[in-house]
Amino acid sequence: MDEFFEATITVNGKAVTRRVQPRQHLIDFLRDELGLTGSHTACEHGVCGACTVRIDGQIRRGCLMLAVQAHGCSVDTVEGLTDSGELGALQQEFHERNALQCGFCTPGMLLTAQELVATQPDATREEIRDFMSGNLCRCTGYQSIIDAIEEVIVTRRKGAQP
Amino acid sequence: MKAAPFAYAKPGSLREAFALLERHGDRAKLLAGGQSLIAALNMRLATPSILVDLTAIPGIDGIQLRGDHLAIGALVRHREIERSELVAKHAPLLSQAAPHIAHVAIRNAGTIGGSLAMADPAAEWPACCVALEAHIVAASPKGERRIPATKFFKSLFTTALAPREIITAVEVPVAGANTRSAFLELVRRRGDYAIVGLAAHTQLERGALTRLRLVYLGVGDAPVSAAGAMEKLEGKRATPEAIAAAQAALEQDLSPAADLTHSAATKLHLARVLLGRALAALVT
Ligand SMILES: Cc1cc2nc3c(=O)[nH]c(=O)nc-3n(C[C@H](O)[C@H](O)[C@H](O)COP(=O)(O)OP(=O)(O)OC[C@H]3O[C@@H](n4cnc5c(N)ncnc54)[C@H](O)[C@@H]3O)c2cc1C
Ligand code: FES
Ligand code: FES
Repeated sequence: MDEFFEATITVNGKAVTRRVQPRQHLIDFLRDELGLTGSHTACEHGVCGACTVRIDGQIRRGCLMLAVQAHGCSVDTVEGLTDSGELGALQQEFHERNALQCGFCTPGMLLTAQELVATQPDATREEIRDFMSGNLCRCTGYQSIIDAIEEVIVTRRKGAQP
Repeated sequence: MKAAPFAYAKPGSLREAFALLERHGDRAKLLAGGQSLIAALNMRLATPSILVDLTAIPGIDGIQLRGDHLAIGALVRHREIERSELVAKHAPLLSQAAPHIAHVAIRNAGTIGGSLAMADPAAEWPACCVALEAHIVAASPKGERRIPATKFFKSLFTTALAPREIITAVEVPVAGANTRSAFLELVRRRGDYAIVGLAAHTQLERGALTRLRLVYLGVGDAPVSAAGAMEKLEGKRATPEAIAAAQAALEQDLSPAADLTHSAATKLHLARVLLGRALAALVT
């Protein structure tokens, strides 16, 4: 069963075509084939959120998606979204508030938080907690992460006011 | 862990999918959102020889209002239901339940068809579909049949689906002016599977609860209708006495098994708490 499929995936804006085995997870494809090691793997069954990547504009678990399923999709990782500057405000605030220690969970936290900031610009602290519930952090105790996200949301809201 | 090797096919029609199922029999597994199946493959709880990816099959996605029901395609993602205005208007119980399913990254991928086929007794969609008296539409080479949700969930991870049937849609009766619904669940952390959850649905006729449906999740092998509690409340107002009688009836209705952190007695207590809260929500 060493069947291969040719998959064309747009990763961080650039189309790549590779032969992949069906059993290969998207996260392993990104890390092992493309060297994009910013997204991490830990639990490999959907619980921790370390592998969060963006598929066609929405966050997903990279460990619960096969590379073949991403054929024809557009995938963004923490590397691409850092280069584009999209994560800049969150990264700055995470840095200011020590919202990371070992940093293992951070790429997943940033991608998840960015989807929140984009889709729920009025999120309350409680809603931030709900939205971030699928991302585990073994270091920070979460408060500083929630603080950082809240700060970005509040700052944007102030900026949006006339 | 990594999944064992398997082959992969992405049929472009139901007919092609049936042919693949015919050819590979039990060694084939249908793949929708993958949020249960790929986790099971990773842990090697499932080792199919081929995955049949349903996501390129036309006509089994999308949400449509069709007369007296809302047709929700099998491939519709949890998150789509959560954000759908059609659903909020015509099947508000589903909008209330959606945010309790897993986490956003999982809701962006997981489908309602996959959840119904999976039949996890702690999952939200099965209990909602039973409470709403929805129908599950299943297709096979022989044609299509509409299975009442009340007869669909047989036991733990077991449904009325025949081996090679594919869920294509779920049909939910649309809410009327007097329809009220409430979805409540208790979890240790947002997005976890429910410790106990309750899907409640009624037609409120001049303050009285009629056609009341109280369906619990997380307390049995499948969604559990609280028949005794429903009977105590049918046609009545939610007075403190009626609520207390219904809460007492739950002792007969439910026989929850203990889980790792909650005894059976705790679960029964929590089921009563949820009943009180749900009734308050239905009548306000
Ligand atoms: C960390 C985590 C937490 C979760 N928490 C919850 C939760 O709180 N509540 C909850 O309800 N779910 C939860 N889930 C599961 C999630 O909702 C899944 O999306 C859902 O159970 C399965 O849907 P899917 O589309 O991902 O199906 P898949 O994983 O692709 O398939 C699941 C099963 O259904 C079969 N199947 C899929 N589609 C069809 C079809 N159309 N016809 C016939 N058979 C089909 C497959 O063959 C497979 O056996 C969680 C998952 C994870 C990883
Ligand atoms: S590695 Fe994907 S959720 Fe943990
Ligand atoms: S900073 Fe170490 S896991 Fe979050």
